[in-house]
Amino acid sequence: MIPFAGWEMPVQYKGLVEEHRAVRSAAGLFDLSHMGEIFITGPGAAAALDYALITAPGKLAVGRAHYSMICDVSGGILDDLIVYRLGDSRYMVVPNASNAAEVSAALSERLAGFDAELDDATMRTSLVAIQGPRAVEILQPFVDVDLSTIRYYSGTEMRACGVPAVLARTGYTGEDGFELFVSWDDALRVWDTLLEGGADRGLIPAGLGARDTLRLEAGMPLYGQELSRETTPFEAGLGRLVSFAKPGDFVGRDALEKAKDHPRKALVGLKLSGPRVARIGYHVYLPAAAEPCGTVTSGTASPTLGFGIAMGYVPADRNAVGGELEVSIRDQRASAQVVPMPFYKRSN
Amino acid sequence: MDIPDNLKYSSEHEWLAANGKSAKVGITGYAAEQIGDIVFVELPKVGSMVTAGVSFGVIEAVKSVSELFAPVSGKVTAINERVAKEPELVTAAPYGDGWLIEIEMSDAGESAALKDAAGYRDLIAGLQ
Repeated sequence: MIPFAGWEMPVQYKGLVEEHRAVRSAAGLFDLSHMGEIFITGPGAAAALDYALITAPGKLAVGRAHYSMICDVSGGILDDLIVYRLGDSRYMVVPNASNAAEVSAALSERLAGFDAELDDATMRTSLVAIQGPRAVEILQPFVDVDLSTIRYYSGTEMRACGVPAVLARTGYTGEDGFELFVSWDDALRVWDTLLEGGADRGLIPAGLGARDTLRLEAGMPLYGQELSRETTPFEAGLGRLVSFAKPGDFVGRDALEKAKDHPRKALVGLKLSGPRVARIGYHVYLPAAAEPCGTVTSGTASPTLGFGIAMGYVPADRNAVGGELEVSIRDQRASAQVVPMPFYKRSN
Repeated sequence: MDIPDNLKYSSEHEWLAANGKSAKVGITGYAAEQIGDIVFVELPKVGSMVTAGVSFGVIEAVKSVSELFAPVSGKVTAINERVAKEPELVTAAPYGDGWLIEIEMSDAGESAALKDAAGYRDLIAGLQ
């Protein structure tokens, strides 16, 4: 167990790589109760979120979800989050644990003038995620709905494992899977029910360590590493999220319109040659250059691919796939090639 | 926890098996378990000098990188080439096929100052 954003979190249960492989080949169960859950409700909820976030939640169909960001007026990223439209005038926003309080405060401020109310349910809501190719068959007996009819990136209020839940087909692993938002009091029941129900199908508990290597293989950014206030969505390779087409103003619009064509840096995926592992904070160089041109933001030895992978920021004109770079690992240069992300994509 | 009685131990979780002036060195089962899934072991060159308490190599795991600290000073007379190709040996057999380097000790007093198995057991008990 380690402290993480004020929570005590399991880094690993049986072992990081075993848990990682279980998620890729069968299924893993994650306790993500640290994540934030903020409900926005009211006739003005859609318009309020259109103003508060860079995407257009107002255009989401009921029952659907999308990946979004909340930016500051300068276009810097305050957090990345998932927005679920649970009803015509009811949304759930899921920020990172480390930013939940800040996001809640920023949303409250941005809701002023809209007919919408904010309810920060973080401290009474748990999140249990089941992720992996066998997630559907393991979860199916414990819900009334036919899971094959639930689309990726959707979220609906229903009963699951005998308790009220928001059941969402989302995740942070690059695999198919579900996330169950339930009350704190019901979380243990959900955890035990799924773990027991999935044991003979290879389901095992998975910790923060596997969550990090899985999301990295899937090319998903992590706030505090790839994303920060000093980074715009364009620099993070997520400019497609910014909805300039939506009517009305939104926080950060002016700055993002200016930043769109002037990225100061670019996030790239790197494939390392050799067995040494590039890690957060290591410097990136143009071949044989004396001075660094960028920084590694995440890196690991990929359990699925068998070689070293990393994400990092480089000068904006050095992001072309195939480009050769170097990473300094303990005073020795390792060559690294810019490769497309995700590093890993599931086959189905 | 496997802590063989016939070995000496450093507080940085390396073991040492002395045979006259020669000593084999590896990491303890406790260390291997803490480090987790090992993907790469970087060892010094044969003939190089190592100094007690100073880093002589690193172990890369999926999640982290850990330095290896020499339990004694001396000259490296052999390295375990097998762990370069099969780093998982360090986890599977930390006291056997997963040994790391062999040192020709320059100061016998250094090995005498290391912990015995009981002392190392106490150290680990204090960490858990």
